[in-house]
Amino acid sequence: MTTEVVLKIAISGVLTGLVYGLMALGLSVIFGVVRVVNFAHGEMMTIAMYLVIVFFSALGLDPLLMLVPISAVLFALGYLMQRAIINPFINRPEHSQFMLLVAVALIMVNALLLIFGPDSQGITTSYSFDSFDVGGIIIDAGKVYAAIAALIVAVALFSFFRLTLTGKAIRACADNYNGALVVGLDVKRLYSLTFGIGAACVGAAGTMLMIVTDVTPAIGPAYTLLAFVIVITGGLGSMPGAIVGGILIGLTEALGGFFFTPSAKTMFSFGILVLVLLFRPQGIMGRKTA
Amino acid sequence: MASKTRISRRTFTAGMGAAGIVAGTAPFNIISAQGAPLKVGVLLPRSGAQAGIGQDCQRGVDITAGLLKDLKLPTLQIMNGDTETNVEVARARAERLINEGAQLLVGAFDSGQSTAIAQVAEQKGIPYVINIAAAPPITEQGYKFVFRNFPTAPTILANAFENQIEIFKATGNAPKTAVFMHVNDTFGTAMQKGFTGTMARFADTPYKVLETIAYDGTARDLSVEVAKAKATNAEALVMVSRLNDAILITRELVKQRWSPKAVLSMGPGWYEDQYLKTLGKLGDGPMSFVPWYDPNKKLSKALEAALAKAHPGLNMNTNHVYTFEALLVAADAYKRAGSADPKALADAIRATNIKDNVSPGPGIQFDAKGQNAALKNSAIQNRGGKLVTIAPKEASNAKPEHPMKPYDKR
Repeated sequence: MTTEVVLKIAISGVLTGLVYGLMALGLSVIFGVVRVVNFAHGEMMTIAMYLVIVFFSALGLDPLLMLVPISAVLFALGYLMQRAIINPFINRPEHSQFMLLVAVALIMVNALLLIFGPDSQGITTSYSFDSFDVGGIIIDAGKVYAAIAALIVAVALFSFFRLTLTGKAIRACADNYNGALVVGLDVKRLYSLTFGIGAACVGAAGTMLMIVTDVTPAIGPAYTLLAFVIVITGGLGSMPGAIVGGILIGLTEALGGFFFTPSAKTMFSFGILVLVLLFRPQGIMGRKTA
Repeated sequence: MASKTRISRRTFTAGMGAAGIVAGTAPFNIISAQGAPLKVGVLLPRSGAQAGIGQDCQRGVDITAGLLKDLKLPTLQIMNGDTETNVEVARARAERLINEGAQLLVGAFDSGQSTAIAQVAEQKGIPYVINIAAAPPITEQGYKFVFRNFPTAPTILANAFENQIEIFKATGNAPKTAVFMHVNDTFGTAMQKGFTGTMARFADTPYKVLETIAYDGTARDLSVEVAKAKATNAEALVMVSRLNDAILITRELVKQRWSPKAVLSMGPGWYEDQYLKTLGKLGDGPMSFVPWYDPNKKLSKALEAALAKAHPGLNMNTNHVYTFEALLVAADAYKRAGSADPKALADAIRATNIKDNVSPGPGIQFDAKGQNAALKNSAIQNRGGKLVTIAPKEASNAKPEHPMKPYDKR
């Protein structure tokens, strides 16, 4: 077992973790502002993944070129979902919101099953089988591109929330709902925008994931669960926490699988989750609530 | 107040007449039972992680009716059930199909799901013919209504070693070391348990196993597993996998720039059409040691023709063959039993002796445990998007190509 192999595994874990982090970022943004737990998160990502398949098959478009259009489609989907379905449930008990989103998730899975069938589907780009040799360390080219794109989207999102007026207004809603109403912010529109932005993150993550993996309609719930593990580990509602959580989970799964047994690598990410819940319940970068 | 019922002479005569009519038409009831189609509940994983394979088995179901007609066997009324790749759902669906009138069950591709269905079938006293499931315990329970026309994991393994030795002797080139990767579900674990013991019985096996790696078949990324396998510097990769993981592993082999001399698969995945279609020329080379079909048998050619007509361009495989043969067993038993009575059907299945079949070996017979112990496996190889049978020699149609062409030279 050489250092190169361990480094290769670690780099692969970090790169995958960055894409997972982007996916979880969407969940964190939505929860941080709208205070709704999106149980259809993974399913929305599978919709984005199937959009990649459709556009790739029809037009031969590279996923990297589809990043912005598919994120825009998912933004529209998220915006409309919030407006039409979720807004009426905002002030209802949490279990009603949970059931609503679980129902939406089931509808999405079955719709995908009806349209695309149960078989696993993937795409083969010109760089699908490429890898970089950096001093004897073999790195998957697709994962590098996907991780760089995920990083760019995350930085753009942070900048949006820090530097734009709309971003600041959304943060104001998250910090103080009543205060936002008092100063005259259109909270309903901002909620819809936020849900749309969260969905766009998922769209970007799904587009990038298609470079490195395949999709089946049934994979959605597994991604939803993974997103929950990441945001709880990183800190529910914390945007940097989602990225840090993603990297940590990706790295833990990779190294745990390598040094122990690969069949139990998911166990290690749940182990991290349990440790965080025990010793830092607010998550690694989450804020303590009073 | 009690009232006496008096039987008059007229009533007695009418009663006797009615009894005579019933007695006289009794033989027609049997004929009518034979004429009616046998209701067969086909349980398959039509959705969930194994949906692709379940759908492939369904293709075997779809082409059966015409072939049974040609063989002058009774018609089957197929009742479909989806196990959703879930053991508990498989159990519930089996119960539901029986409640809805299924007179015989067939399925369910997976050992875990088949075990659950076998328990229900035995409890309800309904015959169950397993199409594909290799875990040995299913036919070790003393069940009276459960039959399996599919080799158990130890048989698959033993035949795999026999065929490998034959291939390596024929090519004059053999790997010295191997890494064994297996999926961690019921089938994969059963195969792993049998692997070491079976290998020890075959002293001519040319390679020694450097490491065994178990992995989750539903994993989204298998780069760690392949990196771990590559780190052993083994010359061959021995696999027990499913379809999606076989594709993921091949992609990783290419990306991680590792071309083993041989990929030796002892399970599904590597020979399936979706694998060949998805990977193109990168899918060529792996050898699969699997329950297959004898391409030289008459019924194999008929089944191939029926499949080609229904699904042009599709390669015939284990899923089609063994699902068809399970239905063949059902129809043959129904014809001989002359009734859909579950016990009569089970007795007829136990007495099965089908010589005109598809799978390699002498034909379909069941031992006292309900297992067809006479089945033989084959070795097949992917060549130019097609499949050729390379061993055993008596049931082959091509010579083996070994070592495998490196991925970067294709």
